[in-house]
Amino acid sequence: MHAPIPETYSPIFGKLSLDALPLHEPILVATFAVVALGGIAVLALLTKFRLWGYLWKEWFTSVDHKKIGIMYMILGLVMFLRGFADAVMMRLQQAMAFGGSEGYLPAHHYDQIFTAHGVIMIFFVAMPFITGFMNFIVPLQIGARDVSFPFLNNFSFWMTTSGAILCMTSLFVGEFAQTGWLAYPPLSGIAYSPNVGVDYYIWSLQIAGVGTTLSGINLVCTILKMRAPGMTLMKMPVFTWTSLCANILIVASFPVLTAVLVLLGLDRYAFTNFFTNDFGGNAMMYVNLIWIWGHPEVYILILPLFGVFSEVTSTFSGKRLFGYTSMVYATICITILSYLVWLHHFFTMGSGASVNSFFGITTMVISIPTGAKLFNWLFTMYRGRIRFELPMMWTVAFMITFVIGGMTGVLLAVPPADFVLHNSLFLIAHFHNVIIGGVLFGAFAAINFWWPKAFGFKLDTFWGKVSFWCWVPGFYLAFMPLYVLGLMGVTRRMRVFDDGSLQIWFIIAGIGAAVIALGIAAMLIQFAVSIWRREELRDDTGDPWNGRTLEWATSSPPPEYNFAFTPKIHTLDSWHEMKERGCERPTSGFKAIHMPRNTGTGVILSAIALAVGFALVWHIWWLAGAGMLGLIATAITHTFNYKRDYYIPAETVAETEAARTRQLAAATGA
Amino acid sequence: MSTRPLSAPDAAVEFYDFDEHDHPDGHSTMLGFWIYLMSDCLIFAILFATYAVLGGNFATGPGPRDLFELPLVALNTAMLLFSSITYGFAMLSMQKNWVGKTQFWLAVTGLFGACFLAIELYEFSHLIHIGATPQRSGFLSAFFTLVGTHGLHVTFGIIWLVTLMIQVSRKGLIQANKRRLMCLSLFWHFLDVIWIGVFTFVYLMGMLR
Amino acid sequence: MSDHSHETTHESGEAHGSMRDYVIGFVLSVILTAIPFWLVMARPLEGGITAALIVIFAAVQMVVHMIYFLHMSPKSEDGWTLTSLIFTLIIVTIMLAGSLWVMYHLNTNMMPMPDMSQLP
Repeated sequence: MHAPIPETYSPIFGKLSLDALPLHEPILVATFAVVALGGIAVLALLTKFRLWGYLWKEWFTSVDHKKIGIMYMILGLVMFLRGFADAVMMRLQQAMAFGGSEGYLPAHHYDQIFTAHGVIMIFFVAMPFITGFMNFIVPLQIGARDVSFPFLNNFSFWMTTSGAILCMTSLFVGEFAQTGWLAYPPLSGIAYSPNVGVDYYIWSLQIAGVGTTLSGINLVCTILKMRAPGMTLMKMPVFTWTSLCANILIVASFPVLTAVLVLLGLDRYAFTNFFTNDFGGNAMMYVNLIWIWGHPEVYILILPLFGVFSEVTSTFSGKRLFGYTSMVYATICITILSYLVWLHHFFTMGSGASVNSFFGITTMVISIPTGAKLFNWLFTMYRGRIRFELPMMWTVAFMITFVIGGMTGVLLAVPPADFVLHNSLFLIAHFHNVIIGGVLFGAFAAINFWWPKAFGFKLDTFWGKVSFWCWVPGFYLAFMPLYVLGLMGVTRRMRVFDDGSLQIWFIIAGIGAAVIALGIAAMLIQFAVSIWRREELRDDTGDPWNGRTLEWATSSPPPEYNFAFTPKIHTLDSWHEMKERGCERPTSGFKAIHMPRNTGTGVILSAIALAVGFALVWHIWWLAGAGMLGLIATAITHTFNYKRDYYIPAETVAETEAARTRQLAAATGA
Repeated sequence: MSTRPLSAPDAAVEFYDFDEHDHPDGHSTMLGFWIYLMSDCLIFAILFATYAVLGGNFATGPGPRDLFELPLVALNTAMLLFSSITYGFAMLSMQKNWVGKTQFWLAVTGLFGACFLAIELYEFSHLIHIGATPQRSGFLSAFFTLVGTHGLHVTFGIIWLVTLMIQVSRKGLIQANKRRLMCLSLFWHFLDVIWIGVFTFVYLMGMLR
Repeated sequence: MSDHSHETTHESGEAHGSMRDYVIGFVLSVILTAIPFWLVMARPLEGGITAALIVIFAAVQMVVHMIYFLHMSPKSEDGWTLTSLIFTLIIVTIMLAGSLWVMYHLNTNMMPMPDMSQLP
């Protein structure tokens, strides 16, 4: 009905033509050159050292939850660099574009950058990070050998990666959405966004969303069905609890995103009238629906990190977690309440006083369980023997930063205040305050905490501290000015400014971003230096922090079967109890261990899904159709494979465990 | 949480399960599939919510009374109900390990499912033919999407059913195939439940509007 | 929950139906489908009551399907199927009721026009 007349349409390439390459944008061309050269260099090195076979056999097709967890982290880290580059570009533009200056970014490019920054940071940085942690840690913490559905786990990872690749493709082929990270219609509708940007947005999120939903189902099942004997729900480590709740939220909210994006897609591809201005569409319904997903998503991101902070605080205070039970119930409360607050994202839509009051109050209520958690952490530290190692430093930085972000959140929860602050930089400062202060600091705490478990050596402390001391002040420098600007009424997503008196705040924020950049550089150096000096930093005990939960009971890195014998659980901090009671590690009597077999189907399915996504973006119908058929055929073929497991022979287990015995003996000097 | 003092004399506490059994194959499958169905249920919830909000926006186009034919819907409902009981018979045969009977009832179920789809496609093509296309109004967009999504699920159910029939014919009623049949059973009956919502809230309530 | 011993014996704790269950379920659902269709097609009652009745019939029929076809019971999978169902129902209720409430208020506040259905 509103079909725009395509300028060029070919039955073979769809809307794709050479014009789609952004050759007129020097920034993009230069970026492409760097990425291409870097990519070629990596590929050449992999080929030179004959690593392809190794990578394919040991990593890409692996169903080992630990390897998948590590791959999620690498994906998150790579995408983090992209998302941060976007952030730096925005800060630079906003610091420059005063007094008649247009800055250096044209509007078309700038609008894509702020959209891509949001999308990438949430979907392809924060989500892979938390999924990576949960994948790696949860089975170890519950004494399991793998997740419930190992193949699905591999498939989920590759679907997330396919989504990320499709999103990145938009950088060099065509364009990304210019709509902001939630792509509100009618702006994102076909009438106002006739190009492929929003289609890239839709399909990269849909493909990644499949992966996220499936990994959510997988982890819920794993936690419910595969806990070690004796581990009742109230003896589960807190990180496992928060992971359970986060995954329940994933399962119960990502379908909403899927459905909403399908409706938006139908509006764009089939010219239906869900969110259009004419023919009975209602754009506000989109805003309503997407925030039904969007608010639980916030808690999906933060809950696992609350778990991380709980583990870190208790470990580094050398005490049992204060108020474990209240921590669990607070987590459950947050899980339910997160479904009752979504309207606070659009108080100004005009639903009226009764609706706004309800959602304002529920929003304030949700800060109560969160506050309870903070007091629990503080009381855990109280009279503890606190060791200020890197994970603990990040945790303390979190406590301070997150409280500030939480309080500005409560301010925004007051509807009349929100009418003033809605969509201002105050809001931007608020959610960066909680997401950086909560999710990112939590991720850094977790990386420093569990790195030794994953790789068998600790991270370098010096560069870790450099990174910390750049990140934390850099964060305040970058975002406190935004609170000020927001209170002065500056709205988000602006490209140029008239009022010259505002510039100084943007310059301060820009300096903050530069300091954060140093922090990121220091972190990369920290990784490099640690890998370089891994023999000095080696931890042979498997328990470098004097940990309390089961993941520290096995070697670092853990053998592929995690535990030669499944542990029996008697108390909450089970590894702590095992150490206290002088539990002897069994050294004989090993049996063959039943394990899932690697499979390449996940990679193949995701590669086809990527092709389908690309075809749909560019209206290459033959490829989309063929790809859909290929997906179904591959999936069906996979179900004809009934041999999905194998046994690790008892002798292999015995050898691995004997090596571990020698390693432990050397470590303790016995 | 245990309140036992750690220095308790019962030193014979076992910390490892030396007599463990493997998790049997597919020990989590039924629960996992059920959780998947719950997430699918939420997709339908969103489509129902959209229909509920946009269902009155006819944009001067036709409304439910002008379009819906209840006898056709009743027939369609009957098809799904019959397919439910026949799937039930397939499950009962499966429990008794009767391969032939299981296959027969699965085939009957598939046929009822196909009839359901054929009737739905006829209804859709009729509507589009008289100009009540999904593009005509918010109401029709929501209607086609909700009912169509259910139909798409039935389509995948039939593809899955055919696949399983081939697998049963090749491998017999082995444990893995039984588990798959039980998953499809959940899926099939779940679609029934969704259809109850569809005929009640879309068709019957539509006629009352 | 964590006691795996029972899982090895009968595979997943999933309840199986019997012939009796399926027949009862089928008969009940035929009745519970036929009555609402009849109520709407023959219109023996006035609109509001009819609407209320068919919603009740739908709810009852859904429960019948859950029990007799999907074999829901508090025992299957240690209660996790029922727990997840109840959780889902809560979420669905929040989504449906919330969306309708929010959008209804929005429409009355922002579009004070008599009949939305006639808007082009």
